Amino acid sequence: MGNPAQGGGYLGIRNLYKAFGDFYALKDISLDINQGEFVCFLGPSGCGKTTLLRAIAGLDLQTSGTIRQDGNDISNLPPTERDFGIVFQSYALFPNLSVEKNIAFGLENIGMARDAISARVRELLDLIGLPEQAKKYPAQLSGGQQQRVALARAIAMSPGLLLLDEPLSALDAKVRVHLRHEVKELQRKLGVTTIMVTHDQEEALAMADRIVVMNHGMIEQIGEPTEVYREPENLFVADFIGEMNKLPGEAAGRDSCKLGGLTLNCREHGLAKGAKAIVALRPEDVIPHEMPARKPRAASGNSVPVTIGDMEFLGSFWRTTLTGGALGDVELTAQFSINAVRRLSLKAGKDILVELPADRLRAFPAGSGQ
Amino acid sequence: MSMSAEAKLLHPGPTVKARMSRDDWVMRGYMIAIGIYLIVALALPLYAMLSKAFETSRFDLAQFQVQVSDEAGNFNAGPVRLDEINAGLGKLPPSDLETSADGRLDLTQFFPDFSFRSPVKYRLIPSGGDAVYLVGSERFTGPEAGEFDSNTFRKVVIRPVQDFGLANFRTYFSTPALFQSIQNSLLISVISTVITVTLAFGFAYALCRSCMPFKGAFRMIAMAPILVPSLLPGIALVYMFGNQGFMKELLLGESVYGPIGIVIGSVFFTFPHAMIIILIALSISDARLYEAATALRASKWRTFWTVTIPGARYGLISAAFVVFNLVITDFGLPKVIGGQYNMLAVDIYKQVIGQQNFQMGAVVSVVLLMPALIAYIVDRQVQKKQVALLSARSVVYQPKPSARFDWLCLGYCMLVALFILTILGVCQFAALVKFWPYDLSFSLKNYDFDRMDGGGWEAYRNSIEMALLTAFIGTTIIFTGAYMVEKSRGFESGRALFQFLAMLPMAIPGMVLGLAYIFFFNDPDNPLHFIYGTMAILVICTITHFYTVSHLTAITALKQIDGEFESVAASLKQPFWRLFGKVTVPVCLPAILDIAIYMFVNAMTTVSAVVFLYSTKTALASVAVLNMDDAGDIAPAAAMGMMIFYTNVAARLAHAGLSRYVLSRTQGWRLR
Repeated sequence: MGNPAQGGGYLGIRNLYKAFGDFYALKDISLDINQGEFVCFLGPSGCGKTTLLRAIAGLDLQTSGTIRQDGNDISNLPPTERDFGIVFQSYALFPNLSVEKNIAFGLENIGMARDAISARVRELLDLIGLPEQAKKYPAQLSGGQQQRVALARAIAMSPGLLLLDEPLSALDAKVRVHLRHEVKELQRKLGVTTIMVTHDQEEALAMADRIVVMNHGMIEQIGEPTEVYREPENLFVADFIGEMNKLPGEAAGRDSCKLGGLTLNCREHGLAKGAKAIVALRPEDVIPHEMPARKPRAASGNSVPVTIGDMEFLGSFWRTTLTGGALGDVELTAQFSINAVRRLSLKAGKDILVELPADRLRAFPAGSGQ
Repeated sequence: MSMSAEAKLLHPGPTVKARMSRDDWVMRGYMIAIGIYLIVALALPLYAMLSKAFETSRFDLAQFQVQVSDEAGNFNAGPVRLDEINAGLGKLPPSDLETSADGRLDLTQFFPDFSFRSPVKYRLIPSGGDAVYLVGSERFTGPEAGEFDSNTFRKVVIRPVQDFGLANFRTYFSTPALFQSIQNSLLISVISTVITVTLAFGFAYALCRSCMPFKGAFRMIAMAPILVPSLLPGIALVYMFGNQGFMKELLLGESVYGPIGIVIGSVFFTFPHAMIIILIALSISDARLYEAATALRASKWRTFWTVTIPGARYGLISAAFVVFNLVITDFGLPKVIGGQYNMLAVDIYKQVIGQQNFQMGAVVSVVLLMPALIAYIVDRQVQKKQVALLSARSVVYQPKPSARFDWLCLGYCMLVALFILTILGVCQFAALVKFWPYDLSFSLKNYDFDRMDGGGWEAYRNSIEMALLTAFIGTTIIFTGAYMVEKSRGFESGRALFQFLAMLPMAIPGMVLGLAYIFFFNDPDNPLHFIYGTMAILVICTITHFYTVSHLTAITALKQIDGEFESVAASLKQPFWRLFGKVTVPVCLPAILDIAIYMFVNAMTTVSAVVFLYSTKTALASVAVLNMDDAGDIAPAAAMGMMIFYTNVAARLAHAGLSRYVLSRTQGWRLR
């Protein structure tokens, strides 16, 4: 699975740096992408994800490092000599050309017969579900439709690599979710190796085969969506993707940590005993239990008696804050399913027992993850 | 400081050098070609002019030794240096040794007992290869000595050595007649600026903030002065306030020839420039500020000073500097109405055309360049701020009807419109009567241009040809150049230089550019000398003169289209020119037509740059107006000026029609 040291794969990036004066937008990026894979570059704005995409396209050349595509070194090739299709956030549809002319733009002028071109355009229009819109101008289409036309134009010449630069960011939330699915379907059908840049973690989790999490011009983690979500390698990834309780504590044993007055079992962390740590736990991993009849005075194992604070209804689940003697000053955010809330009749002010599962509890060095 | 620059480089690998695609080569090559055009048509002529201004010529007597024989022709005495002879005689003071590039110094004056009949021989010994002397018209250079009998020695003159220095400027500043012009030019420009900006602000305010009727008509009338040469109001003023003027009494005995005439005429021809800048500044101001002011119960007066004026301040400052620049660099108007009142731009003309003193012309040009350059730089800075103000989207102000205010505005605008229409009307009327003011019967004899000096109808045809060529070639060069500099990849330093060259023409007064062209293209050693005196040099000069505004129009239009089009086209393996032809040009067509009409109108009206460059075969209508006026044929000059006006009106109408047609044909995508 994508070990950069091994090489191979459809797209191989090695030791890529991009300098703007003294500032490095990319630092030592190495990455392999397999044939047919859908990869998302995910990170906050300014993390270098778009810079990396533009380097792969040859639109803004890297300062140093190599890029190989399909066995060829493309590091210094101009974009016209690379094999990719691209879709931008702004769609970049030619406003004075009709939808079909936009899609046909790359097909004309390469010795393709007129009939073949119009057949290909029709095929693509069917593929994106806009067979009726061929004669319209881009301004007459909705945002979602325009983005689909841009996609059709990008894949018209069957490129080996499809680059999507925040393609869904300019759309309404509903259209975005719908199109997310469609784009993924299309990519699977065509089997084209695809890289999508996004700052929307939900989008990345839903669409990508693998996610490349970036921050400050560096890769923080590469992995499948479930992997980066469940097994974040560092606090940045843990914090950036999904919600996360970040609780100040310290390392205890090899696989335990201290939080408030508690000592909890957790994942192995490799920190020295007594080192300041951030203890991380996702809100949905907190498991509520009925308080036993004989109320335990202190925590036993990873079960902690707590008091429920205000409960916030968020449609499919409830969010609440948990406090309690054993937690000390620490306030824990938890998400409880509707079922659990009904079953245990959870409400504000109620004392319950929560389990903080040891295999979901992680300790990261304090001060990391910025 | 212990870290070396090398240690700061983080990346270990070698720096990747971009491989250029064919597109990159073509775009870069094209940009360099236009860059070279700008260098040849702008930078080199300016350099030639500047070096001329700082070039000094001086007779270096120490370069020569003379030996004089006895009557038998034997050279007994040793050679003596000329400067020693001069010092001994006390003949020429150092100031007399300063001369022009064409200076010649007769040698016999250093030998008081010289007689051309004497058998005495003279031997002239130059010190080196840069010592030059003439015998008659034949040129000799050192170090070979020449021996002459007395009769031939009469014809021996020495030539000056060239040097660089401020001597020309010392001469300039010690000549009060010339020096006075600086003060005159500054004074007139400041007065005209204050009046024009005030009047234009009132007009723009009425257009923008009142609900008066006929706004469209007023706007059109206010823009009319752009369509005539700047010297036309001068002609009208002669008819109105001149020696036989029908409104002469209004001046209470003051003469219109001089500051008064120049100021009134300047207000006329700079009015549209100021009005349009202020109008834009006023129309972008935010309505929400006025709502806030009303909510705070601020009085109208207070709102005006705390909201309106600060909101339009960049527009006002920009308008002021534009007007100042136009007035101080204008040549046509003070030439016609200035009388004995000297202005810098006219001084250049007088020095060059009147006295054939090109060097002094260059010096005055440098002097004129200074205020023009400063005004230009300030204006650029202010414009940048205005743009920043514009990009913050605001709510458009909608004026509410107010009978008293609207009537006031209407009255004011009618007065201004009356002023503009009177100037134009007087010119037209004078052109159509037999002999103002004595015989007011209708006649077309003033249109019989072929019987006057100035080039006749041929000049008018030349002007149209020149304007069409300028519009066509200029628009092509400027738009494609702007495209290359805006949309090509890499080559940052080259693009920055190109930008600089493209912005430079606006800072260069037309007279200065024209004179620079003389120095550069009229040099027989210049391989481009052959275009001197042709239509080509007029077209090149006019394109260059009006390059900047058109370039900015093109850049603005190009910035408005999506920056990723080129990336998309590259990903689709399409050459840039296909994108350029199929998308960029069609999308920018309105801006391209705007550039073309701007070029056409200015080519029709310009006088300043081309006045030095036309030949008998390429006389121009605008120059003909000047020359006919100069020759006393004022009515025909007015007639020709109005011909230019009607041609420009026709061109504007054609432009409006074409724009509408093009919009309906190719811009259907704009309407949803």
